[in-house]
Amino acid sequence: MRIGLFVTCLTDTMFPDTGKAVVTLLERLGHQVEFPAGQSCCGQMHFNSGYRREAAPMARGFATAFKGYDAIVTPSASCGAMVREYHQVLAEGDAAFSRDVAEIAPRVHDLATFLTGVLGVTDVGAYFPHRVTYHPTCHSLRMMHVGDAPYRLLRAVRGLELVDLPDAETCCGFGGTFAVKNAEVSAAMCADKVAAIRQSRAEVVCAGDNSCLMHIGGSLSRTRTGVRTMHLAEILASTGDNQ
Amino acid sequence: MPTYVGMPSFPDAAKKAVADSQLRRNLTHATTAIRTKRQRVVSELDDWEQLRQAGKAIKDHTLANLDTYLLRLEENVVKAGGHVHWARDADEANAIVTRLVQDAHADTVVKVKSMATQETGLNEALAASGIRAIETDLAELIVQLGDDRPSHILVPAIHKNRAEIGELFRRTMPDAPDGLTDDPPQLAAAARTHLRHEFLNAKVGISGANFAIADSGSLVVVESEGNGRMCLTLPDTLISVVGVEKLLPSWQDLEVFLALLPRSSTAERMNPYTTIWSGITAGDGPQNFHLVLIDNGRTATLADKTGRQALRCIRCSACLNVCPVYERAGGHAYGSPYPGPIGAILSPQLRGIGSDIDASLPFASSLCGACYEVCPVAINIPEVLVELRARSVENQHHYAERTVFSLAAFMLRSPRRLAAAQRATSFGRHFVGRSGRIRRLPPPLSAWTDTRDAPAPPPESFRAWWARTRGGTE
Repeated sequence: MRIGLFVTCLTDTMFPDTGKAVVTLLERLGHQVEFPAGQSCCGQMHFNSGYRREAAPMARGFATAFKGYDAIVTPSASCGAMVREYHQVLAEGDAAFSRDVAEIAPRVHDLATFLTGVLGVTDVGAYFPHRVTYHPTCHSLRMMHVGDAPYRLLRAVRGLELVDLPDAETCCGFGGTFAVKNAEVSAAMCADKVAAIRQSRAEVVCAGDNSCLMHIGGSLSRTRTGVRTMHLAEILASTGDNQ
Repeated sequence: MPTYVGMPSFPDAAKKAVADSQLRRNLTHATTAIRTKRQRVVSELDDWEQLRQAGKAIKDHTLANLDTYLLRLEENVVKAGGHVHWARDADEANAIVTRLVQDAHADTVVKVKSMATQETGLNEALAASGIRAIETDLAELIVQLGDDRPSHILVPAIHKNRAEIGELFRRTMPDAPDGLTDDPPQLAAAARTHLRHEFLNAKVGISGANFAIADSGSLVVVESEGNGRMCLTLPDTLISVVGVEKLLPSWQDLEVFLALLPRSSTAERMNPYTTIWSGITAGDGPQNFHLVLIDNGRTATLADKTGRQALRCIRCSACLNVCPVYERAGGHAYGSPYPGPIGAILSPQLRGIGSDIDASLPFASSLCGACYEVCPVAINIPEVLVELRARSVENQHHYAERTVFSLAAFMLRSPRRLAAAQRATSFGRHFVGRSGRIRRLPPPLSAWTDTRDAPAPPPESFRAWWARTRGGTE
């Protein structure tokens, strides 16, 4: 199986440790991972903000970069959902582009479901001795349909105490440009998410998307909660050795 | 549909609501209670998803054949002794209703809660002709007495708690009993006494309809309080103002919706009152029945292949009750009788994206998708929102924003330029304080750092690390 890592522009630029964790994890499980250097951005921010003309070349670039891979794995359910649900909209009217999207989009997998669904593993041999809560991000839940995969993966991590997050399935208020365009409502949503995290008594909050974690983490840090955010991939990549 | 005069854009209106602690508490309390209850009654049914898909399919079929079914409805209403009027827009609908009320020599009408007449601004139009319209749904009455606006489709006074309602009744209800407290049964009894007199004296009743059945020319109103039953049966003349999308082909189709609607709206297995009538019946109920069918932007909405799914809406409010944006911004911020997620896709389509509020509504969502998940007719609200955002961007001339997005696109679509930008970003970390977090950024990103820190850039990007450790080029 030829696996291509779709790292996403945000993780690439701001959270490289997550990308490294995906590589470490998949290699530890005996798979080779390639990083197609032609990748850049999936166009989600532009598409969701109404700039379709600007998003189209990015979707085309994605198809060019990832053609020929059997599986495309991403540490962002949101960007994965963009490819799966909306690249076809951007390809409308261009038969060759549309064919490429039809071939490639179904091969995009969120990391958690790739591990449990495609590779069939739940115990990835991780060790992480901390109290952790999991925030199911909206697009992982409602667009990529990851279900309980992340919970199963976390429960199999040695040393990890998984605690419930109250109102877990409520949006954190990130929403891409929503966080800036509707900053007041976004901040109000985040305040409630942070309150729920405090209530869980977790020391680490994890999720499958760095964008949501950046939002939640920004508020946790501003209000000096001492709770940190961590991508699911980084927890799953952890072993006693790199603590 | 009225665009409320001076209505600011959504973010500006929401800003006030977010800071209103009483409103926040009222909304959280009410929406949490109803969405928990809805979840419970929906999960009782094993075939909920099939019902939902059936509801979607019936509506789609009806909308695709609206011309046939509308004429069939008209034919059967007339056959049953009713009259049918066609209104292109709100003004035409209001003019027709006003004339009908005048023809009945009435100066007062009793009203069943109706979204269609909220949409046309009927009460204001009637008032301009000296006709008093009395809302008889308890929550609509609260809104009317307070000279307020509805903030929820099903529970228009959801923004008020019982203490506020008690104060309102004591202040505005001339026949409120002495010593009226905030106790809900006492408040309901006061409203009942207040309305009883109006029910018994009204010559004209005005309603909307939840469904109109083409095959039999029947109209259906579902409600909880019994005020609808009074308005639909006591007056001599009944006028029903109904959007053309409320149509169902047959009684068999109604079955699906009578299962979907109560569970989604009031979180009940069955609603307390369902009134169904076909034309007139001699010696029983209203002897004059008028059906006013309104378009008011619906056929224009129907023409759009993505946006038309909004016309499936059965006004249940499930999307409002699960929406984290609605819960914090409240209904008034949406500047329309249709608030919440469905309002954000319905108002800009019915009214067009002309005003500040309508242009901002498609952006009033974090695209979390909770609305789509609960919608009993599977309206993919996020999909329509992003479609309308594209339309809003085309129509508007935000030169500054367009420049930023164009520059970002130029950088993001090329791996080489992205890598260069990443090197610049990583260099920028030398300007971040020792905390490792960015506490303040310039506008427009200050909207982020006003309440949230931003992360400091890492020393190298992932692609730089890959190139350095695994070979190959960046």
